[in-house]
Amino acid sequence: MFNNGIVQPLWYNGPSPGQFYNFPGYANNGNMKQCHETNNSDSTRSTAMITTGSSVLGIKFDQGVLIAADTLVSYGSLSRFQNIDRIFKINDNIIMGGGGDFADIQSIMRSIDQKMIEDQCYADNIAMRPKALATWMTRVLYNRRSRMNPLFIDVVIGGIDENNEPYLANVDLRGRAFSDYVVSTGFARHLALPLVREKKPADRDFTLEEASELIRQCMEVLYYRDTKNSSQYTVGVCKVKDSTSNQCDVEGPFQVDEKWSFAKMVKGY
Amino acid sequence: MFRNQYDSDVTVWSPQGRLHQVEYAMEAVKLGTATVGLKNSDFAVLVALCKPPSELSASQRKIIPIDDHLGISIAGITADARVLSKYLRSECLSYKHSYDANYPVSRLITNLGNKMQSTTQRYDRRPYGVGLLVAGYDEKGPHIYQVVPSANYYNCKAMSIGSRSQSARTYLERNLLKFNNCTKDEIICHGIKAIRGSLPNDEHTTKEESSFQMNIAVAIVGRNQPFKILSGEENSKYLEMIKDFETSEESPTADDGDDNRPRRDDLPDSSDPNVLVATMDRP
Repeated sequence: MFNNGIVQPLWYNGPSPGQFYNFPGYANNGNMKQCHETNNSDSTRSTAMITTGSSVLGIKFDQGVLIAADTLVSYGSLSRFQNIDRIFKINDNIIMGGGGDFADIQSIMRSIDQKMIEDQCYADNIAMRPKALATWMTRVLYNRRSRMNPLFIDVVIGGIDENNEPYLANVDLRGRAFSDYVVSTGFARHLALPLVREKKPADRDFTLEEASELIRQCMEVLYYRDTKNSSQYTVGVCKVKDSTSNQCDVEGPFQVDEKWSFAKMVKGY
Repeated sequence: MFRNQYDSDVTVWSPQGRLHQVEYAMEAVKLGTATVGLKNSDFAVLVALCKPPSELSASQRKIIPIDDHLGISIAGITADARVLSKYLRSECLSYKHSYDANYPVSRLITNLGNKMQSTTQRYDRRPYGVGLLVAGYDEKGPHIYQVVPSANYYNCKAMSIGSRSQSARTYLERNLLKFNNCTKDEIICHGIKAIRGSLPNDEHTTKEESSFQMNIAVAIVGRNQPFKILSGEENSKYLEMIKDFETSEESPTADDGDDNRPRRDDLPDSSDPNVLVATMDRP
């Protein structure tokens, strides 16, 4: 970089470093591009989240998947909308839980609903499978991030795949996709994931009862420890009913069993 | 087929409500050599006659793989078939990239039909002069589809297209009920037996097995079976199987209901209009 004591430019024939970012505290942002004609105004684009959903947790069990999320959408640190379902039934094979910027979740839900309507219009009894939806979302989110205009979401997609196999995946704003027996977003990644992994039997899948109990436990831990969680949550269930049909619903709202009686033992209560 | 004043453009209707150009395009399919498609409960099979136009050239490629779960067999203008197969391959690959799944066969055919239809409704395009038999396998099972230049597509239990395909169709109709419960080997044998009737007359009488073997192509797709065109050795194996089966039966002369003499069914063929141009198999 330094050559004979003179600073060499990092590259030629391109934008100058830092041109697109509005460095705070600089009065004169010299080369700032103010593009008002086009709609990708690079200098003023913000990737900040505004209304956000917190954690989503998904657990795969022998007959299907459970996906749980609380019913809170926050506005910064304000618990603004307290009764919002963040788990969606996509079709008879797929459920999806959305975390991150909620406006972006609603926007992608609109695209997904359009896809489901197209499927219905074909009227050929071919319904989309969770792996197909997860792959499609990965492509869309990766494409958006590559254009420096991400959808700020972190979703859990689960359901029943072909051959009645349960499927569970997590796709995030960068287009990173990951499939496993337990996936989560947000704080649940730190608090719930280790809890579930510890309880996993080595040689078999969870049963529905074990998975439900784990969901209940994890939602409780998340309520106590994550400040952006609330005590009310909904759970999406997608499980195999028989060889040709599934039972796919969003159940709830459930309430975390809050125990605050220990508060009396806290000095200063 | 008569020339008349309403057949110059694909956008011109005749007073009888017909699009003559589209119908002429369907005639192009009858110029190609025969090909047969049939399926059982787990597999779909394509058999094609690919006789080379002269002794000096290699035989025409009639069966084109599109994706792991799908392939087509063509009859008609090969160049048009090439364009359509490129389109189908690109659609399948794009779907696989987006959804990590195989393009459901019925939807792909609907997609193709829509593409082909636009050529029957524009003054600056012409219909594709090729008929396709599509063999595919997806989560709904095996499929055989027939696609024609008028952009219609038909879901078939079995079908044959191309010149002299009527005898093959008759064979297929007669044995239709047996197909669903066949084994994989049996269904391939049925396909080869069906197409044998569509050989040109001179080849059939000489019964030269080796030339027949070199003139057919067989492809199969199905459960745990990606689309595969069988090799020469595999073709021989099935031809042997058919020969053994036939010699084990007593009388090939009487019509025992099992179509050993499909030539008898060639007779209705002579009512087909004779095309007055040089073709691949009637120079």
